[in-house]
Amino acid sequence: MSERYVISIDQGTTSTRCIVFDHRGQLVSVDQREHAQHFPRPGWVEHDAMEIWRNVEKVVPRALSRAGIDASQIAAIGIANQRETTVVWDRRTGIPVAPAIVWQDTRTDALVEELSRTPGAGEVQRRCGLPLTTYFTGPKLRWLLDHTPGLRERAERGDVLFGTMESWLIWKLTGEHLTDVTNASRTMLMDLSTLDWHRDSLDFFGIPPAVLPEIRSSAGVFGTLRTVLPGVRLAAALGDQQAALFGQTCFTPGEAKCTYGTGSFLLLNTGHGPVRSQHGLLTTVGYRIEGQPAVYALEGSIAITGSLVQWFRDGLGIISTAPEIETLARTVEDNGGCYIVPAFSGLFAPHWRSEARGVIVGLTSYITKGHLARAVLEATGWQTREVVDAMNADSGLMLRTLKVDGGMTSDNLLMQFLADVLDVPVVRPMVAETVSLGAAYAAGLAVGYWPDLEGLRRNWHRAAQWLPDVDPQWRKTEYDNWQRAVERTFGWIQPR
Amino acid sequence: MPGQVQSIARAAAILRLLAGGSGRLGLLEIARALDLPKGTAHGLVRTLQDVGFVEQDKTSGKYQLGAALLHLGTSYLDVNELRSRSINWADPLAARSGEAVRIGTLLDSEVLVVHHVFRPDDTLQTLDVGALLPPHATALGKVLLAYEARGGGFGELVPYTRRTLASPRALARALSAIREAGWGSDIEEMTVGEAGIAAPIRGYGGLVVGAIGISGPVERVCDAHGQPRVTLVTHVREAARAVSRDLGGRGQ
Repeated sequence: MSERYVISIDQGTTSTRCIVFDHRGQLVSVDQREHAQHFPRPGWVEHDAMEIWRNVEKVVPRALSRAGIDASQIAAIGIANQRETTVVWDRRTGIPVAPAIVWQDTRTDALVEELSRTPGAGEVQRRCGLPLTTYFTGPKLRWLLDHTPGLRERAERGDVLFGTMESWLIWKLTGEHLTDVTNASRTMLMDLSTLDWHRDSLDFFGIPPAVLPEIRSSAGVFGTLRTVLPGVRLAAALGDQQAALFGQTCFTPGEAKCTYGTGSFLLLNTGHGPVRSQHGLLTTVGYRIEGQPAVYALEGSIAITGSLVQWFRDGLGIISTAPEIETLARTVEDNGGCYIVPAFSGLFAPHWRSEARGVIVGLTSYITKGHLARAVLEATGWQTREVVDAMNADSGLMLRTLKVDGGMTSDNLLMQFLADVLDVPVVRPMVAETVSLGAAYAAGLAVGYWPDLEGLRRNWHRAAQWLPDVDPQWRKTEYDNWQRAVERTFGWIQPR
Repeated sequence: MPGQVQSIARAAAILRLLAGGSGRLGLLEIARALDLPKGTAHGLVRTLQDVGFVEQDKTSGKYQLGAALLHLGTSYLDVNELRSRSINWADPLAARSGEAVRIGTLLDSEVLVVHHVFRPDDTLQTLDVGALLPPHATALGKVLLAYEARGGGFGELVPYTRRTLASPRALARALSAIREAGWGSDIEEMTVGEAGIAAPIRGYGGLVVGAIGISGPVERVCDAHGQPRVTLVTHVREAARAVSRDLGGRGQ
């Protein structure tokens, strides 16, 4: 019998990728297409869901042909997706009624402000484990219903369907209107303990139940493809950060991963019960395997990490490529007393201070661009430390190892600094594409391609490890300096 | 003695022209100054632009000397950039070969390890990025020496084992064999019981900017005849080609 494979679709913010994986979890082939980012007004970010669908139709067959395999060799397909991005489409024509509102879009800020003063706001936030902000799906869907002529009536009649990106793709691929529990946990409409839509939350946001997809487990058969690869089973869907948690095989409470990209997302497995954060973290569903209880996670979102390096490159022009930050940083021994806090649009976890703005402190005539480069990298390390401290405090689980992935893991200086400031080993796995791998793992698990979680764990191998190697007193002093620098960002934007 | 290559002579004249005078010239001015047809001048300037020796000002459309000329004496490719560009290909090489992977470049007369992927068996291993290796006793180093344009001797050839190539003649023969084959190996030349296989990473224009290789116990890396296993050589060369393609080199 010819070898069988699992494929994943990673529908991300800037591109859609299809990756073919073999039984050892190794990458066999990739195809990728970018889609347009539309910025019709300040603060607005839109995607064309039809363009994304057409990209899926292209990348899947091309990834298969690059691997030299056909649909009969595919055991299952899994989806990982950009989270919170909101699509509403016509049930009959299959055409979106408006551009998709992307997670970064802040058009709902006035609506969110108004909703936060509405009775029941506290209860809604407790029920879903999320703060009321423009980031999540519920306010975006409400905005579409309010601002698209005739949409509310069509929604109430059940003529239109709502979904985040995975729902849209599942519907296009199988004809079923479904979502998974990780994506549903980002809408603010789901009750974290029942894992179902909650009537009162729907009423609070003014969402007609007829538009909602059915919530399913993350790993389980959603349906059979009617197009692209007819007959192949679609067996997993997860939000991208949850998929990375799964791909890093963080299956035990206390295991955590951090994905270092433009921003960074640290997720900690907290087991079968949701942990309510007292320290500015999000409570979210990590994954659910069909027939088993859900696994919850605490999430710390850091807005600016890789994008600080990009700013150093494009905004200041001090380096010409991102990896050169390490070369420049190595021209000096330390930060020279300089700290950069990148509160470019306020601070996310654990502070959530929207009025904060970035600072560079400790400037003296001694400071060179090398010290600034150090401070840029150190900002990512200290922001991670703040999130880890909040997680340890909320969960009562002390982080023992941090599994890392994403583009910035190629920066050795940063990875060593991370181990030094967290005082735990930092480990990079052999497959860097953990988002895609997680979706493939969940799909393969659901159809029996891989037997169990232990089998997946055996596929995980350490590619590199950085161990803490600093004096505790240094760590304490530097953290103290960082925290004093953070305080100086607060209150910069004054209320009008 | 072969004849003069006309286009190189003309390219040099263009660089001299841009280096003197006002520093910025339009295409027509360049063509006129050197008495060249506009099309010929355009082809030359575009090629110089591709290699970074000439830059075109976005607003005026005029040409000037490029930044790459200023850095001719220093490193051609940033080592951290090399790591970042090769990381996605080094991981699968470790997974497929079952051995540790290293990427190296020449720094003065030693091999600087710029990237290291652990052997995929989850045993305790230490990251040795930043370590320096002797070029004449390692597969990585010999591959780098084989493609190094610098002439002259090899410096001191320390005999680490009985099999180390410690004479300049033996080493020169080995390097010529590497150039012939497109890959190289070391069998117990640095450490008894250890062997390695490496191949060159080529950047833009075919210049060798580094080498990628695996290393491990001699009985795993070599076959029953004591030769590097063919499948491992193929994996190493494929990885080298993939990184080279990513860097814009043709990869051989």
